[in-house]
Amino acid sequence: MNILVCISKVPDTTTKISFTGNNSTFNESGVQFIINPYDEWYALVRAVEIRESLGGEVTVLNVGRAENEQIIRKALAIGADKAIRVDADPRDALYVARQIAEQAKVGNYDMIMLGKETIDYNGSVVGGMVAEMLNLPYISLASNLQVDGKTATLVRDVEGGKEVLQISMPFVTSAQKGMAEARIPNMRGIMMSKSKPLAIVPPVEVSGLSQVESFQLPPEKGHVKLVAPDNMDELVRLLHEEAKAI
Amino acid sequence: MSVLVYAEFVDGRPKKSTLEAVFYAARVAEKLKTSAVALTIGPADASDLAALGQYGVARVLHAVDARLVQFQSRAYSRLISEAALKEAADVVVLLHNANGKALSGRVAVRLEAGLVSGAISLPDITSGFHLDKPVFSGKAFAKINISSAKKVISLNPNSLKPEAGSGSAEVVPFSIDLQESDFDAKLVSRESVTNGVVPLPEAELVVSAGRGLKGPENWGIIEQLAESLGATTACSRPVADTGWRPHHEHVGQTGVAIKPNLYIAIGISGAIQHLAGVNQSKTIVVINKDAEAPFFKAADYGVIGDAFEVVPRLTEAIRRFKNS
Ligand SMILES: Cc1cc2nc3c(=O)[nH]c(=O)nc-3n(C[C@H](O)[C@H](O)[C@H](O)COP(=O)(O)OP(=O)(O)OC[C@H]3O[C@@H](n4cnc5c(N)ncnc54)[C@H](O)[C@@H]3O)c2cc1C
Ligand SMILES: Nc1ncnc2c1ncn2[C@@H]1O[C@H](COP(=O)(O)O)[C@@H](O)[C@H]1O
Repeated sequence: MNILVCISKVPDTTTKISFTGNNSTFNESGVQFIINPYDEWYALVRAVEIRESLGGEVTVLNVGRAENEQIIRKALAIGADKAIRVDADPRDALYVARQIAEQAKVGNYDMIMLGKETIDYNGSVVGGMVAEMLNLPYISLASNLQVDGKTATLVRDVEGGKEVLQISMPFVTSAQKGMAEARIPNMRGIMMSKSKPLAIVPPVEVSGLSQVESFQLPPEKGHVKLVAPDNMDELVRLLHEEAKAI
Repeated sequence: MSVLVYAEFVDGRPKKSTLEAVFYAARVAEKLKTSAVALTIGPADASDLAALGQYGVARVLHAVDARLVQFQSRAYSRLISEAALKEAADVVVLLHNANGKALSGRVAVRLEAGLVSGAISLPDITSGFHLDKPVFSGKAFAKINISSAKKVISLNPNSLKPEAGSGSAEVVPFSIDLQESDFDAKLVSRESVTNGVVPLPEAELVVSAGRGLKGPENWGIIEQLAESLGATTACSRPVADTGWRPHHEHVGQTGVAIKPNLYIAIGISGAIQHLAGVNQSKTIVVINKDAEAPFFKAADYGVIGDAFEVVPRLTEAIRRFKNS
């Protein structure tokens, strides 16, 4: 099984978000970066599990600059066999998808796995773009993936339900909660990760179709209005008359 | 030029968010001084299709094919893209929901269109084509400009309230030359996990509980409160991780992101990762016995007290209110 796992770099989930340059730029000072949780906990770990039981190879791919080597090494420590870094700033989803598609064309992968979405941009679109560029099937938001020969069975979560789908390889999928359990890299994995191959490749040219112009923080909440615990009729009145929520 | 909206029907009926998308597309068209047309794929009641006219579309294209009863990302995205070309649509609107997320990227690539996914605003077209969307899992918003001639917008559910007017849409059959290869996924089975309750991403009222409830055996009071309101239940991550509640109830940065009118958080401390997924709720009520719980800072209304006493009282109060 030859699997490609796309990983992105995002701010740690505890990050307090702020902006500089008149709200034009995310303030990275003091921010810890991590592998996007969906990419690491679900896509990568499931790919490694499948490799462990069926053999083959897991390649991780990141579109990003040299400082991303740290998160790439972590992915190798968790169990990926090798890595590719496309040396470019991930400008927008279409740009990233084009870079992934270019690498996928030459890699002959059975499965291309992504995360459900990045927790910084919250796009949930790169997977569909990659699938379209490669003319491959796409199973989005998968919470389970089982492989049987060249066929896979996936569970796709939809509003209020689940679909069990069967698909032939190769295909693209985006992973979410349920697909695997997060793993912590062990000492041996960390040692081995240092010598695993990391190829650095140049990007292909893509023209940008969208640009982030500015950021904004949500409006501050006013002070909380406290209601006495023995006066729930008052809470109901407020929710009805003031908040118009019920 | 026109605006095309993919009007999703599920089990033959439009969803609430479908009406939002149609209404939104009609408003976009109004801004661009053009008209909006809808596309529906698969089984749909003729009167429901015509009724989309109440939300501002004059025509509904309807694609019917025995193979289109099941969602298929390739076939559906081809239909949407080709309808856009046929209607000379410069803007395509879809929903940022499970199916929409499988389609929007494909449609954008097919049309060579710039895409904003999860938009919450109408486009500002004073200079460019600007849309607002939540980023950093709801911790901030970004204003994004689409610079390409063609544009794809996926709209976050619960971003606007559709207003029904009068009007009836003309329903026009629509078909393209679909290939067997467009139907690549074989549906083995389908299962509902919510037993008829509104699914979380679409819910207007949500009752959510955390570790403060002590154990799964205590969820009765949460379910009764939800039932009294007609609300959907949710939970914090550790509650889902320990199996007290099913995974699909997990809200937050690494779970479902929601945007209801009312979010009632019970026995949840209000960790930053939890808040990220829920802080777009219009009104937040926090019930917690610890006056120092961080969640109170993000709340509109707070009750400092023991959930096991407060929640049944709230349920009673709501029942009284509903019966009055
Ligand atoms: C990478 C990462 C991602 C994460 N993603 C998410 C996410 O998506 N969603 C999420 O929810 N969490 C997430 N978390 C976990 C998050 O950090 C918190 O640990 C979690 O939200 C806490 O859950 P809780 O509030 O239910 O439990 P606790 O923090 O233990 O809080 C329980 C609360 O209940 C109150 N309480 C206790 N007894 C009573 C009583 N009788 N009556 C009333 N109140 C009572 C307590 O005062 C306390 O405030 C994430 C963490 C990490 C590291
Ligand atoms: N810079 C990147 N490099 C590699 N993969 C990425 C990158 N950005 C996004 N992805 C992948 O695309 C998925 C969806 O991203 P998005 O559409 O931005 O939410 C992520 O979970 C990753 O698997």
